[in-house]
Amino acid sequence: MRETALRGKIWVLLDKTGKLIGDIDTDQIFHNAHLHITDISEMGPYAFGNLEGWKDFSKKCGEGDLVVAGRNFGAGSSRQQAVDCLIALKVGAVIAPSFSAIYFRNAVNSGFPVLRIPSLETLVVAGKLKTGDLVEMDVKSGQGTNLAQKLPLRAEPMSAVQVEIYMAGNLFEYGKILDEKK
Amino acid sequence: MGKTIIEKIIQAHSRDEAAPGKIVWMDLDIRSARDFGGPNVVKHYDQEYGDTPLADKSKTFFTFDLCAPACTLKYADNQQACRDFARKHGVEVFDVDKGIGSHVLMEEGLARPGGTVVGTDSHMNILGAVGCLGQGMGDVDITFAFKTGKTWFEVPQTVKVVLRGMHSPYADPKDLTLYLCKEMGTQSLALRAAEFYGPAATSLDFAGRITLCSMITEMAGIIGFVSAEEVPPVLMPAELSDEQFSLFQADPDASYADVIEINVEGLPPQVAVPFSPNNVRPVAEVRGTRIDSGFIGSCTNGRTEDFVRAADVLNGKKVKKGVMLKCVPATRRVYQELLERGILEILFRSGAIVLNPGCGGCAEGHAGLTGKGEVQISTGNRNFSGKQGKGKTYLASPAVVAASCIRGEIVAPEEF
Repeated sequence: MRETALRGKIWVLLDKTGKLIGDIDTDQIFHNAHLHITDISEMGPYAFGNLEGWKDFSKKCGEGDLVVAGRNFGAGSSRQQAVDCLIALKVGAVIAPSFSAIYFRNAVNSGFPVLRIPSLETLVVAGKLKTGDLVEMDVKSGQGTNLAQKLPLRAEPMSAVQVEIYMAGNLFEYGKILDEKK
Repeated sequence: MGKTIIEKIIQAHSRDEAAPGKIVWMDLDIRSARDFGGPNVVKHYDQEYGDTPLADKSKTFFTFDLCAPACTLKYADNQQACRDFARKHGVEVFDVDKGIGSHVLMEEGLARPGGTVVGTDSHMNILGAVGCLGQGMGDVDITFAFKTGKTWFEVPQTVKVVLRGMHSPYADPKDLTLYLCKEMGTQSLALRAAEFYGPAATSLDFAGRITLCSMITEMAGIIGFVSAEEVPPVLMPAELSDEQFSLFQADPDASYADVIEINVEGLPPQVAVPFSPNNVRPVAEVRGTRIDSGFIGSCTNGRTEDFVRAADVLNGKKVKKGVMLKCVPATRRVYQELLERGILEILFRSGAIVLNPGCGGCAEGHAGLTGKGEVQISTGNRNFSGKQGKGKTYLASPAVVAASCIRGEIVAPEEF
């Protein structure tokens, strides 16, 4: 069984004015100039390589760190690399108020946790979630704690399919489980 | 309870109850992969499923449109890996000569009203133009679809969008679409399907429906359908002209998450200013902005009707010296129509560069990139920072792009 508890340091993707960046598109996450890369181990250095203010993210990010972003994260293209580059960096999860439909599916299918907190912007504005905060979160239930500020952190629970694919590891492994049940 | 258009299509392809919010397993009529995404599909397939057969090779396709013909060694390798896989598994390839995959699937009658189609193209929901549930997906999803012919899918809620009035005669479906991008942003349709009503929507021809449906992605929606009245058959691809669009109307008692009314009466030409497709203003407000280059094409505006509108403006005139106008027909079939109707000659004589069909102009720089400081006006669908190079991109209709390239600055077509 795969671990559902995450523990990591937060990176809040803010723009120059200190606002949570919304509508971050896949060209900002993994630019189309690198689309020919098919090997996941080569993708890490390009993560957020075209996002103003965050081009050095791959150098700053540590294993298990969690990314906090604005609404409609992953807008644009269907490229799996926009998920894979974060997996390559061993990012623990992306937390946002909402995700683009394709990005969300891609993440779910790769067993990468994408967690929704609709009120995230309010939390960030109120300073209740800051870069550097250490948080704990159960990806399945969405129950978590901001350990740095001793505050509860609640994300929407995963859907049944999301849990099943996550526990299996990815969509392919889940497909094998479905086959065995037949 | 009645069903919306998307609920009906999903229900016809699933044994699960197609109710909004529910995750169902859906049968796929067609699954495809491009030269982007495709190589990863091949890699995953070989790794996960080895030499075992596809669910149905006759329903599986490759479409090469992104870098056609390959302009880098990497793309050449990637395309060849797909060709080799296709040969081994008996899959048809619409190769680099054919044009934009989603358009080819419509022209070939593979994307049909009421059908389900997936591919590695985030604008695959453009198939809503022919009443087909198209969805762009990543390579893991598409690999799974190649193998099983199925996908998991959350049935979205549907929003009813009612357009009141008619746009100005100088405006066209792109201006209407950009205005809807402005009015609805990425919030109103987020993760939902849309059904468009009102004469400004239902009178759209095939090309106009393509333009509108292609930019549902930029509104963060799942897909858009134009309801009711039949598309003028002459403007439909021949293979689809006998299809009954009326079959896919929503039930009268269908349930909607929201009803949005938008007044488009007298709407003038619009442009999306950098760096968001939703940052839209009337042309008049940015009139006089200097441009260096123009682009007409893309899945949004690459049909014959789009080039006819541009040619109406360009006929007998010249692109301003120092301005570069690039034209990329969506498909080989469009290319042929432009050739036969004399449109290519008008474009050529105006000084435009006409490239071979495909996605050139939007991705990977196949039709060139913008340099630092360059200002481009494009009929594409995205002007995100860095998308087409280091320059700034304005999005507009074919007529606005044509007029602006003659003048060397952004200008409305009614001035010509």
